[in-house]
Amino acid sequence: MQLALARWEFAVVTVFHFFFVPVTIGLAFLVALMQTLAYRRGDAEWDRLSRFFGRMFLINIAVGVVTGITLEFQFGLNWSAYSIFVGNIFGAPLAIEALLAFFMESTFIGLWIFGRDRLSPRLHLATIWMVSLGTVLSALFILAANSWMQHPVGYKVVGGKAVLTNFWAILGNPVLWGAFSHTVLAAFATAGALMLGISAWRAHRGAANSGERSAFLRGARFSAAFTCATTVLVAVAGDIQARLMDTYQPMKMAAAEALYHTERGASFSLITIGNLKQKPVFQIRVPHLLSLIANLSWNGTVQGIDNLQAADVAKYGKGSYIPLIPLTYWSFRVMVGAGIAMILLSGWGIWAARRRGGGGLSGTGGKWFTRAAMWGMALPFIANTFGWIFTEVGRQPWVVWGLMLTRKGVSLLSVADVALTLAGFVVVYTALGVIDAWLMVRAARRPLDGIGAGGEVAEGGPIGAEAEVPGLIY
Amino acid sequence: MEPFANLNTTWFALIGLLWAGYLFLEGFDFGVSIVAPLVSRDETDKRLCLNAIGPVWDGNEVWLITAGGATFAAFPLWYARLFNGFYLALFLVLLFLIIRGVSFEFRNKVDDPRWRLTWDWVNFLGSFVPAVVWGVAFTDFVHGVPLFPGGHYQAGLPGLLHPIAIVGGLASLALFSLHGLVFLSLKTSGGLAERARRLAMPVGAAALALLGSTVAWVAVASRPAVPGQLTGALPLGLGIAAVAAVGVGTSFARAGRDGWAFGATGFAVLAAVGAVWSRMFPAVFPASNHAANGLTIAAAASEHNTLVVMTVVAAIFMPFVLLYQGWTYWVFRQRLTRPPEARSARPSAGAGGPARAGGATPAGNGSETIPTGSQPTAQHA
Repeated sequence: MQLALARWEFAVVTVFHFFFVPVTIGLAFLVALMQTLAYRRGDAEWDRLSRFFGRMFLINIAVGVVTGITLEFQFGLNWSAYSIFVGNIFGAPLAIEALLAFFMESTFIGLWIFGRDRLSPRLHLATIWMVSLGTVLSALFILAANSWMQHPVGYKVVGGKAVLTNFWAILGNPVLWGAFSHTVLAAFATAGALMLGISAWRAHRGAANSGERSAFLRGARFSAAFTCATTVLVAVAGDIQARLMDTYQPMKMAAAEALYHTERGASFSLITIGNLKQKPVFQIRVPHLLSLIANLSWNGTVQGIDNLQAADVAKYGKGSYIPLIPLTYWSFRVMVGAGIAMILLSGWGIWAARRRGGGGLSGTGGKWFTRAAMWGMALPFIANTFGWIFTEVGRQPWVVWGLMLTRKGVSLLSVADVALTLAGFVVVYTALGVIDAWLMVRAARRPLDGIGAGGEVAEGGPIGAEAEVPGLIY
Repeated sequence: MEPFANLNTTWFALIGLLWAGYLFLEGFDFGVSIVAPLVSRDETDKRLCLNAIGPVWDGNEVWLITAGGATFAAFPLWYARLFNGFYLALFLVLLFLIIRGVSFEFRNKVDDPRWRLTWDWVNFLGSFVPAVVWGVAFTDFVHGVPLFPGGHYQAGLPGLLHPIAIVGGLASLALFSLHGLVFLSLKTSGGLAERARRLAMPVGAAALALLGSTVAWVAVASRPAVPGQLTGALPLGLGIAAVAAVGVGTSFARAGRDGWAFGATGFAVLAAVGAVWSRMFPAVFPASNHAANGLTIAAAASEHNTLVVMTVVAAIFMPFVLLYQGWTYWVFRQRLTRPPEARSARPSAGAGGPARAGGATPAGNGSETIPTGSQPTAQHA
């Protein structure tokens, strides 16, 4: 019972945290990019866009940062046996993440918010790039820790503890570099899709206001291209990861397809209705695709669940080494499906933007695209969430692949304690989520800085009814 | 002796330094949040209080995250037993730090007095509760808690609330409040700074009494001796130095010597953490029942390789962190002042216009005016 609650708690606090993380990583980069364009070209439109999305970035990062604190201590709270076993190795990247990345992010974000009027424009621009660098470094080190759980390297087990033998091996873990490219690109794509949805909507809605319309059309063109490029690269990185998974975590690969028997030239099922283990009611299969994904060959062999289970029993002793098949199978498909939808959507955006000088994006011609882009803002969040569910559930029953079972890692706690903290996090996080979403919608409705209702550019004047009291001003 | 021979003790000391840095820095931003309702007369005052810590509080909090991460890496067993043991206490701190963190950003997103008041309360509670809990926890560290063999603590939240720990918790609350008041008198000007200086007297007296009692009580109430323990002189000396610094800081505040007062209260925080750390040594998690049940540095530490990596990384990157954090404080070094037009109770949206007073500030000598009206055009908040 403690184990189940502790697993639920970890799932809740991590998944919730990861709604905000990709937006932070992606928007920091996008805002830095827009501010650079504004600075280099002296372009007021990019400047307004960077401020507009910068405001959303700050609302988002506030929740992202505070929910990250929970995770730094979650291992000690609920997973203390795990912490003792892995601390020698897992703790180091966590500490390095704090030292290299968190200090950089949080210090420079203070400088960026409060320093606009106190630093030179050049130095102020440098601060947002430092924030962006911090977010990317943070991803690198936390993924180094996670990749070690997927594929442990550079260690030996001494006296019931994993002990570090080679730190460079941990940073050179192939699984890390696959995961790092996939995750950071996905974060960029997330922010891109968010910007695309908001820009298309505002360009469409703000048709009466020529200043706003022109700025948001530009934002939409830019973010459509950015989202399309990054999402394609996410797919490329994911494809490379599939081969690594086939090598290091064959059981996860088999679970992704619910492939029970080892096959040569294995096909890939796009969709299944009915039982995954016995004969399904209905299935669409693409011949040879699974072999291509897993080892880049037409007739390559893909290991089946039953064979792998038998091999694992021989290696690790009695027990089941099979993850929850329906969840792994479906989360993999939801992730890939959402990613493909993002490529199609942003491709549509690029095409629409080229038509009649952006006329396909807004006005009556852009009605359908605008609707799609707005709903499309959900896609990256779906893909990110199910991607992590696939990665983590597919690793089960291991917490560290081949070394430690999840059920051995849990803390010594009463059911009431874990239930209480789980309930506490759910209540507080739900409230935070609702408030954050509401504030984000408000921020998305705000007029662009410096553009009045009639479309004229106003110089620093007050800007309409939605104006808010500036808070963090030095 | 090879250079990396005794990294265990080095890392014990470094984690102590991280905690000292954390409590020194976040101590004053907690303090400002706690005393803000007491020294603020209107919305402008509240904004001055929040803006005094706005650019730095997040960076301050990272010292805690780094202390946590370093403990995990250098002393996995300490990290595991401590947080598994002090489960609900840490959970409480996390919840309150979470709501505090968002309150800074959320407060000013909606122009409505009730909305702001709500987040002011959240900001206050989010600082008040951790300020007390850290004091309780640190007093428990030095006093020791009942442990089962292997360093298992199982007495729950009530077991942490020994009377001595409650006094310690109130002591840290008073000390951080004083630290925050002194910081406010250093960073603001006019009536607000004056009220902060005046309030420093009673708060300083309370901190003196509470911290003095904690030090005296811990010195008298002994725990089972640990082999290799430092003699009582060092921790007691540091404890007395902390108490003395509180007294000195309070009298500096009274004399209007704001910089010296802040130095003294800061020293008090550092000395108090030093007292806790030297008192715990050579244990990391001392037991009050049987000394042998406590965790020692040697038993809890990671293997040599991990500590070498951590030492190299810290030696290379910590100077950079100190440099750019120090630079932030330099950039925002000026006192904040009330703009002349901000005498009214509350600015209304859209009425401020270009409110940045700039050269029109009466207290012109290098001080900074905050705009009061609604002027989001130039800002990112």
